[in-house]
Amino acid sequence: MSTQNQDVEQLVKREYKYGFHTDIDQESIPPGLNEDVVRLISAKKNEPEFMLEWRLKAFRHWQEMKEPSWAHVHYPKIDFQSISYYAAPKSKEQREKEAPQSLDEVDPKLLETYEKLGIPLHERERLAGVAVDAVFDSVSVATTYKEKLAEKGIIFCSFSEALQNHPELVEQYMGTVVPPNDNFFAALNSAVFSDGSFVFVPKGVRCPMELSTYFRINAAETGQFERTLIIAEEGAQVSYLEGCTAPQRDENQLHAAVVELVALDEAQIKYSTVQNWYPGDEEGRGGIYNFVTKRGECRGDNSKISWTQVEAGSAITWKYPSCVLKGDNSVGEFYSVAVGNNYQQIDSGTKMIHVGRNTHSTIISKGISAGYANNSYRGLVKVVPSAKGARNYTQCDSLLMGDRCGAHTYPYVEVKEPTAKVEHEATTSKVSDDQIFYLMQRGLSEEDAVNMIVNGFCKEVFGELPMEFAVEAQALLEVSLEGAVG
Amino acid sequence: MLSIHDLHARVEGAEILKGIDLEVRPGEVHAIMGPNGSGKSTLCSVLGGRDGYEVTAGSAQYMGHDLLELAPEERAREGMLMAFQYPVEIPGVKNIYLLKAAYNALRRHRGEPELDTFEFLGLVREKLKLMRMDESFLHRAVNEGFSGGEKKRNEILQMLVLEPKLAILDETDSGLDIDALKIVSEGVNSLRREDRAIVMVTHYQRLLNHVEPDYVHVLSQGKIIKSGDKTLAHDLEAHGYQWLLDEAAA
Repeated sequence: MSTQNQDVEQLVKREYKYGFHTDIDQESIPPGLNEDVVRLISAKKNEPEFMLEWRLKAFRHWQEMKEPSWAHVHYPKIDFQSISYYAAPKSKEQREKEAPQSLDEVDPKLLETYEKLGIPLHERERLAGVAVDAVFDSVSVATTYKEKLAEKGIIFCSFSEALQNHPELVEQYMGTVVPPNDNFFAALNSAVFSDGSFVFVPKGVRCPMELSTYFRINAAETGQFERTLIIAEEGAQVSYLEGCTAPQRDENQLHAAVVELVALDEAQIKYSTVQNWYPGDEEGRGGIYNFVTKRGECRGDNSKISWTQVEAGSAITWKYPSCVLKGDNSVGEFYSVAVGNNYQQIDSGTKMIHVGRNTHSTIISKGISAGYANNSYRGLVKVVPSAKGARNYTQCDSLLMGDRCGAHTYPYVEVKEPTAKVEHEATTSKVSDDQIFYLMQRGLSEEDAVNMIVNGFCKEVFGELPMEFAVEAQALLEVSLEGAVG
Repeated sequence: MLSIHDLHARVEGAEILKGIDLEVRPGEVHAIMGPNGSGKSTLCSVLGGRDGYEVTAGSAQYMGHDLLELAPEERAREGMLMAFQYPVEIPGVKNIYLLKAAYNALRRHRGEPELDTFEFLGLVREKLKLMRMDESFLHRAVNEGFSGGEKKRNEILQMLVLEPKLAILDETDSGLDIDALKIVSEGVNSLRREDRAIVMVTHYQRLLNHVEPDYVHVLSQGKIIKSGDKTLAHDLEAHGYQWLLDEAAA
């Protein structure tokens, strides 16, 4: 092994800077899952009757379902009875265990946590222009900019609040994109989800700011099951970003979220994720199991849904943000950077389902593997017989660092419509010693050289992120891969 | 400036350099010529600090430093830059971005303030003109999809922008057509300065028709077997390497 290789080995040993734990009064229910737990969660949240029925139905489905095993990931069997399905920070006055009504009522310690994460909730601070909904363990803590958005008729609140204040909207749209029995983890989420975000942008309104949610798992031995529902009515436009972190723990924690997007005629939804759940340590101990179902439906003509994700964290990632292109001329996009280091395992990709005429989809996937990580792209492009003139372009690139990691590509293409055009391009490359030497011979340090190469590799995806977050994503990558080259 | 004594180096166990002596002073232009396999590229790699080249004996001093102790980026920051025989592609990284990062890395090292994008662009535009390169060059990914000639011009552009104290040009003339050779030569000539030295490594004499060296050295089997002035290059052009090799063997 060359000396550069060894340097690199040392540099790979990064630290997870979000690994702190906030000591705060938690209220959680004992581990275990049965119908009573589902009822208890629903009761705690004082939910309307339809919601409980929906949850119970999902729970019964889930009991009949089998945990999927087709993904290229390996982990010990999850004991779903050892997980606590509800944990919430107690509010200062212990009133009703409800989410606080304003920032003043939020426990200062919690606010401190968000400060540490670099997400000040105070509206005048750094993230000015970004409305933030912060979900701490299972409960949505505070939503900023709510009033300003309300003036335009935009609803941006926690899922629980939406259930209280806009139950008809929730009932109308929830589960129409990801049905409660869609898959094992979606069914589990549907039964026990505790909170999440809700966005409704009415007809003709362009949301004037980026909406943002930060998810944080704090309590030990809990799972996090949040649910996000975004609806853009005719001609509406919205850009939404989510970020995620968790404390450093030796045991694994489960995160099973569901995200549903609905775009009506001419509507546009842009959904960006910077996922940095705790990935486990250098030996693969601990880390989040991230099993997420994300799907958007371009329900109306000329609508557009765009997923952009930077996946840097989690011990296991199982995630396929997808687009169902029902409306004619609708557009689906998927831009992804997935980074795996140490013993991380990633099985991620997308599904583009072309149903309407002249529907277009673009998939740009960049997978980076370092250490002992395994990084798989799994993508489905499906064109049904009705989708005349459908087009898809897929580009799937893998970058390897070192010689003990793996990159895998599983493209599935099903085309039943003869006028469709589907293109798939894939490359696998290595960060070469020659590239690093070339850049070092121009005065760059080895780390800067690697960062430059990796950033170049990811450029097309970073270009799709909202400006404020492109910088964050770039920094995150640098931390994740410090010198990880061979 | 650069002082090499009895330098021996191995690559993958085989001894390639078998005792190189070379003295380069500021303002001088040296040409190192030699047949294929004589060790020209190895010498460049050792001077540049490439991984995998093991120096087994001898020394190399550069501007008061033990060159062999410096990491590749330190050599660059101290002003020793190499134009590559095979410039490497860096997909997705714009030429201007690399140029600016490198330029500012060198400035930081010298304790000078970094230039902002506008100042830097002004500087680069001037150098582009010299190399007769279009500004669109700056926005293409480093060497990606470049023709052979474009790659070599880009290397010289980097030299012009980064202003080395010692420029090592590894086979900069290979793969160039006549027009490109002329442009590259003009670039190299404009690098010539009293306080700067240039070492050109080349197989052919043709570059030397455009860039007149002060010294010519012939490298064979890992040793410099003859040194002289520019007329030596003409002799080589007329008679090939063989007579020298025979002379050395005798």
